[in-house]
Amino acid sequence: MALVHNRFEDQTIRMSEATAGDFFALLKPRVMSLVVFTAFVGMVAAPVTINPFLAVVAILAIAIGAGASGALNMWYDADIDAVMTRTVNRPVPAGKVTPHEALTFGLVLSVLSVMTLGVLVNWLSAALLAFTIFFYAVVYTMWLKRWTPQNIVIGGAAGALPPMIGWAAVTGSVSFESVVLFLITFLWTPPHFWALALFKSQDYERAGIPMMPNVAGEASTRRQIFAYSLLLAPVGVAPWLLGYTTIGYGVVSLALGIGFVWYAWKVLRMPDSDRVMKPAKALFGYSLLYLFVIFAAYLADSVVERVFALGGA
Amino acid sequence: MSDDHLVTLTDKQKKARRSRNIAIGLALAALVIIFYLATIAKFGPAILDRPL
Repeated sequence: MALVHNRFEDQTIRMSEATAGDFFALLKPRVMSLVVFTAFVGMVAAPVTINPFLAVVAILAIAIGAGASGALNMWYDADIDAVMTRTVNRPVPAGKVTPHEALTFGLVLSVLSVMTLGVLVNWLSAALLAFTIFFYAVVYTMWLKRWTPQNIVIGGAAGALPPMIGWAAVTGSVSFESVVLFLITFLWTPPHFWALALFKSQDYERAGIPMMPNVAGEASTRRQIFAYSLLLAPVGVAPWLLGYTTIGYGVVSLALGIGFVWYAWKVLRMPDSDRVMKPAKALFGYSLLYLFVIFAAYLADSVVERVFALGGA
Repeated sequence: MSDDHLVTLTDKQKKARRSRNIAIGLALAALVIIFYLATIAKFGPAILDRPL
């Protein structure tokens, strides 16, 4: 009886002031939009089709699953988000959502998204979504991020999986073509995040995150960015070389890849004394454009090929 | 239980709670509709094929 009494007497009890918008922000909507887009490309590129409504359900479940992993990330990383300018306004460090609310929200949405995808679409795609959430929230966020400068290299697998999930949702299997789509995002992640880490190294230093520039130095990071760009450019063209797309995609991806190497070259040539780091900022901006355009080109190529196949049938 | 044993919400807390309630309501309604339509989509015409 005393316990019940004290609970309501306690004036320090915190009633939530979190709005629906604050919870939506926990889903990392911008990352979610990229996940939705690449998963959609994986679905359209697949050689078979599913019921359009089930396709919408699959995209929705993948989006919610990706958002759930974002919420779990924000729950665990609230301490370091609070000391970085880029993340200080996120709902948990800003005090809008409590860590407990973020954790509960992330867990509930994780289970809901995986079960929905499994029951309504297929269990392979649901298993891949569950693995993606686990990999991002546990392997990357809780383990790699604070431990090794290879954090975003290995952790990048989580962000690269959505096209494979989309493909699996439609076909019920995983093919080499979907692995190539995975590889594009996987190899794109290190130069993208290391370009950011170069001009935000103070932030990462303050938060104690072992990003590559803070651990191996800026010169080594610039070399590694360039090396990854040399790997990424041919892998971007690979879908055409392997016969999965038409030459239209081949030309676009080749031009994009040359552009990526060019921007990475500018970063490589950046002097140590350059504190403004315009080349790194330019590469970061270009990398976002690169990923969007290369997947858009893949999508357009798949749609055109399908239309021509229908016309010829 | 008398009223002084209850937590009194501020206007900001009431507004936030209303916002959350509406979002939860809409999400649950969407879930029901999604499962309803997806069941029809998965079964197709066979959904009506049952012994009377």
